[in-house]
Amino acid sequence: MNEPGKNVLKDLPPFKLPPLPYAQDALQPVISSSTISFHYLKHHQKYINTTNEIISGTAFEKSTLEQIIKSTAQESQYQKLYNNAGQTFNHWFYWNSMKPSGGGIPQGATGAAITRSFGSFDSFAKELFNTSSKLFGSGWTWLVKDNSGSLKIINTANGDTPLTMGLTPLITIDLWEHAYYLDYQNKRDEYALSVINKCLNWEFADINFGG
Amino acid sequence: MKFLSFLAIVTLFSSSFSSETKTPALQFDSLPYAFNALEPHIDAKTMKIHYTRHHRGYFDNLIKAVKAESLSVSGLPQLFAKASKLTPVVRNNAGGHFNHTLFWSIMAPKAGGKPEGTLGERITATFGSFDTFKEQFKKAALTRFGSGWAWLCVADDGSLFITSTANQDNPLMDVAEKRGTPILGLDVWEHAYYLKYQNQRGGYIDAFWNVVNWPEVSKRFTSLTNQSKKAPEKK
Ligand SMILES: [Fe+2]
Ligand SMILES: [Fe+2]
Repeated sequence: MNEPGKNVLKDLPPFKLPPLPYAQDALQPVISSSTISFHYLKHHQKYINTTNEIISGTAFEKSTLEQIIKSTAQESQYQKLYNNAGQTFNHWFYWNSMKPSGGGIPQGATGAAITRSFGSFDSFAKELFNTSSKLFGSGWTWLVKDNSGSLKIINTANGDTPLTMGLTPLITIDLWEHAYYLDYQNKRDEYALSVINKCLNWEFADINFGG
Repeated sequence: MKFLSFLAIVTLFSSSFSSETKTPALQFDSLPYAFNALEPHIDAKTMKIHYTRHHRGYFDNLIKAVKAESLSVSGLPQLFAKASKLTPVVRNNAGGHFNHTLFWSIMAPKAGGKPEGTLGERITATFGSFDTFKEQFKKAALTRFGSGWAWLCVADDGSLFITSTANQDNPLMDVAEKRGTPILGLDVWEHAYYLKYQNQRGGYIDAFWNVVNWPEVSKRFTSLTNQSKKAPEKK
């Protein structure tokens, strides 16, 4: 088993479910243990299993997860592999983007970069929420760093990941309905707002910012 | 208090009045059965939220967007034919409204079984057997990654085909991979099944066959095939 928090991008097949960085009930009441249980043990596990099945017996068996994601992006014959490898990474990143008693105003490198790029933490938090609110269908909202070091908020659809866009992800929110439907049903905005205010793990963002 | 409720009624009336005068093609039909009528295959809680929140949301947002853009909508199929030129808000919400309206109508309590008559024959002729058709439809519904719909459609030449579309797109749209008129649709957004089936989309698809209203699907099929027969006579 991997170390908690160890980046899965350099992992080699067969890929394994990385440890959840906290107990399944640790994010209650924002996210219920039932949701985490299905999301982590069923959905995340299934993306990993499907990735392993597809690459079994192919040249990809010697590639890292990062190499698989980057070499299958935009390749229609590898769409299914790309989707599942992307989701394998995205979910690891999502679990680590949250922690119990998270949220608040980041103090480290990310906090300073947020002020530079968005003017203030408040206007950043508003833009993060508004962007999440605009996603239609399944996907993700991300805080990313571009090559020049400035920060942006973007949405990606389905299994898409900013890794293939030359961007460094700092933090993410899963907006697939399975991430919140048992707890919030159609009220996706309430889920996103609660995650932003109470769960975001800014120490994780700082690790990604520095690396 | 009285004054406030009077105001509320006036506001409701005038907003529905003005939206109806501009867009006679748009109406929110009542659900043709009770929320619990499709139990145990689709649970009452899912039906209630799906119809009163999700579908209603698409409809209300469509009306708002149509007003904001001063669009005149003669019919949704006409709108879908130029979907590539629509704003995302109109395309998504018009699709959401049309797709859900179709979805409610092709389900019913004490339904399921097999399609009879011409449609039954055509399904067997096209797919080999009814079971093969169900397998292929299930595959389309399972492999739609993310949110979307699986469809049984009639092409312009009257032939049947199975396809799937992302999000709230549908095969009437000019952006669809394969274009045709849907006569059967299955919502595979997670909101359609998550409360009861969670990660088991396959279980939801299997249960769907128990509530398919084949007489309604046949009716839609017949009216389309009659149309395409009549078309050459007009010329
Ligand atoms: Fe997810
Ligand atoms: Fe739906």
